[in-house]
Amino acid sequence: MASAHAESDRSDSDRPAPRRPYAARGLGDRIFRYQLTASGVVVLAVMAGVGLFLLLRAGQALKATGFSFLTTTEWQPDVHRFGIAAVLTGTLLIAVVAVTISVPLAIGTALFITDVAPRRLRYTLVTMVDLMAAVPSVVYGLWGLFFLQQHVIGLSRWLSTWLGWIPLFTVDGAQPGEPLASDSVYTASTFVAGIVVALMVAPIQCSVMREVFAQAPAGEREGAYALGATRWGMIRAVVLPYGRGGIIGGTMLGLGRALGETIAVYLIISPVFVIQPHILQTGANSVSSLIALHYGDASPFGMSALMAAGLALFLLTLAVNFTASSVVARSRSGAQSEA
Amino acid sequence: MTVVEENLVAQEPVLAAGPAAAEPALPPDRPRRIGGVSLSGLLSLTGAAASGLCATILLYGELAPFSGALGFTVTAYLLFLAIYAVLTGFEEDGQSVRDRVMTVVLWTAATLLFTALVLIVGFTAWRGREALLHLNFFTKDMQAAGPLDPLTNGGIAHAMLGTLIMTAIALAITVPLGLACAVYLNQVPGRFSRFVRTMVEAMTALPSIVAGLMVFAIWILGLGMQKSGLAAGFAISVMMLPIVIRASDVVLRLVPGTLTEAAEALGAPRWRTVLHVILPTARSGLATAVILGTARGIGETSPVLLTAGFTAALNTDPTSGPMVSLPLAVFNFVKSPQPTMIARGFGAAAVLMALVLVLFVIARVIGGRGPGHQTKRQARRTARASRQDVARFDELHAPGLSLFEAAPRTEASATADPTAPGEND
Repeated sequence: MASAHAESDRSDSDRPAPRRPYAARGLGDRIFRYQLTASGVVVLAVMAGVGLFLLLRAGQALKATGFSFLTTTEWQPDVHRFGIAAVLTGTLLIAVVAVTISVPLAIGTALFITDVAPRRLRYTLVTMVDLMAAVPSVVYGLWGLFFLQQHVIGLSRWLSTWLGWIPLFTVDGAQPGEPLASDSVYTASTFVAGIVVALMVAPIQCSVMREVFAQAPAGEREGAYALGATRWGMIRAVVLPYGRGGIIGGTMLGLGRALGETIAVYLIISPVFVIQPHILQTGANSVSSLIALHYGDASPFGMSALMAAGLALFLLTLAVNFTASSVVARSRSGAQSEA
Repeated sequence: MTVVEENLVAQEPVLAAGPAAAEPALPPDRPRRIGGVSLSGLLSLTGAAASGLCATILLYGELAPFSGALGFTVTAYLLFLAIYAVLTGFEEDGQSVRDRVMTVVLWTAATLLFTALVLIVGFTAWRGREALLHLNFFTKDMQAAGPLDPLTNGGIAHAMLGTLIMTAIALAITVPLGLACAVYLNQVPGRFSRFVRTMVEAMTALPSIVAGLMVFAIWILGLGMQKSGLAAGFAISVMMLPIVIRASDVVLRLVPGTLTEAAEALGAPRWRTVLHVILPTARSGLATAVILGTARGIGETSPVLLTAGFTAALNTDPTSGPMVSLPLAVFNFVKSPQPTMIARGFGAAAVLMALVLVLFVIARVIGGRGPGHQTKRQARRTARASRQDVARFDELHAPGLSLFEAAPRTEASATADPTAPGEND
């Protein structure tokens, strides 16, 4: 930055060179530019501060456990037996369930808005998708807890009865043949939390994808039609290949959000501290709900352990986001899109 | 059941006759229909829907031991798709069948998503209606109301005020800093600003609880402050900053380069160009960015959960004592097993939802136009201003007036005029 200033000063004094549009001229401009740069530095400091302070606070706990922090499933920081193996697996499972459900929904809705919906409806639909992205997560949590859960139980039972031979859908203690058996083995599961999170992240994914799909070149669309393609043929040949970057980027962005979701997950799941691969069975966990659950009664060392868990979550989402933005930036559509 | 089957049987020969008759002599090329509704399409759609439904009823009621409403819907839908594909196959080629089926699938995806939205908003409003009917719900706090008290006692005034204060604090930090940073990203290109942009983009999906943890680590553990509305405001700003910066950055990038160049050509320094040309041009987009960021910030529970503490009493001082926001109040209400508390939770959620909705409508009304697109009123005002300018120029250059000395000065200020109307709206 400083070298740019020096350069512009010299060129101003030496010869009547054409004005350089980006060099600061005059005192007012220089002050203005310093202010802008300062704001950039402050924002960067805040962003870097998140990682830095978490690391600082987590140091104590990480030193105490070392590598076993990643492999322990229990969470008893006061006797120094704690780790994120269970919560991290839980987080990933919920996110994977969420993304599996939300991606087809998001792609379908995005294509519907750009290519199928009646033209006059499109603006309204875009607004509705954006509104859905702005609905507070606690509202999603309430809806999942009081409305969705009782309706999903039937589907859960059906899945575990007929697909129970797949380890993922096994439910311990389920009695499929017993009509009077309690449904409580199916409640508060990874599956229910995953559906709710899916509905939260689908609009975000959808708006990224829609922006990219809408940019698919009109010439190529018309070319496909001229060659006799049907609408779906055109979508497969033009829109989807063009928007691949947007699909991947949007998916990853949604994954990042799904990993960090706190309140909706906290309200729905009943926490367990074992690695729970049965997504239909009651009991699940996630890093963020662990923090929300334990921050209140944590000792200073327990707080440090929670910070370590938060750090792990932070690094995970950061990695996902960086991957997402680099995928989008490298794709053909990403050259112009803002996603 | 039988009626439907008869219908189908009656239709099939007619449908099948179409392509068979056209087969021998190739018809002249007709452009393929893209989209649109046809009678046979409509008929096969209804037929497939009816027979899918009936087959599922048969399957669930008589043949197999299935149960559950969702499972029923899923099976019915899959059957419907299969039957629809078969029906369309009678009169169309493979490509068109795939097209028809996929169109239905896309319709379904969109319908599902929008149904979910309607269900979520509707369910919250419906369950919240009991609490919302009592006026005291909006004017009282929960200090004097226990969990067993009826809805005529206590309310969420403290949470509403808390949300207001926290959002105000967050906006006071986010708007200047976020807009300045967005302008920085656009106006000072270079390696450092690219790095800042990458960081901001990566932080857009920062888990909100991590933002809360960070403020907790610095403000409460590090500086030894107590939990307060101010700390919650900080946490919300950390969460909102990347969202606002990124959205404003996108809007600022859309400002036409010709406008900036015109200002440069007139010799305006950069800060004047930014303040008088770029920001006013992008104003509606920037307002939308800020409002949408606010809508996200208002609804966040987890940063507030960690940093604001919890209280049932009204607290107007953000610097001391715990404070409650609407989402946090919802969260605490529904953790209670008491039906009245849950009703209060839904009431508070409905208020929160309404708040977000209002913000959203405002954002759509003032936003939604690209930079440089004026409302009718703004356009009229600009036109009036330039008419005045023309009149003034004519007057200045009129022969016989000795204003020539002052002319350059006046002209310079006049050139800045067309941007002025956009500014003082």
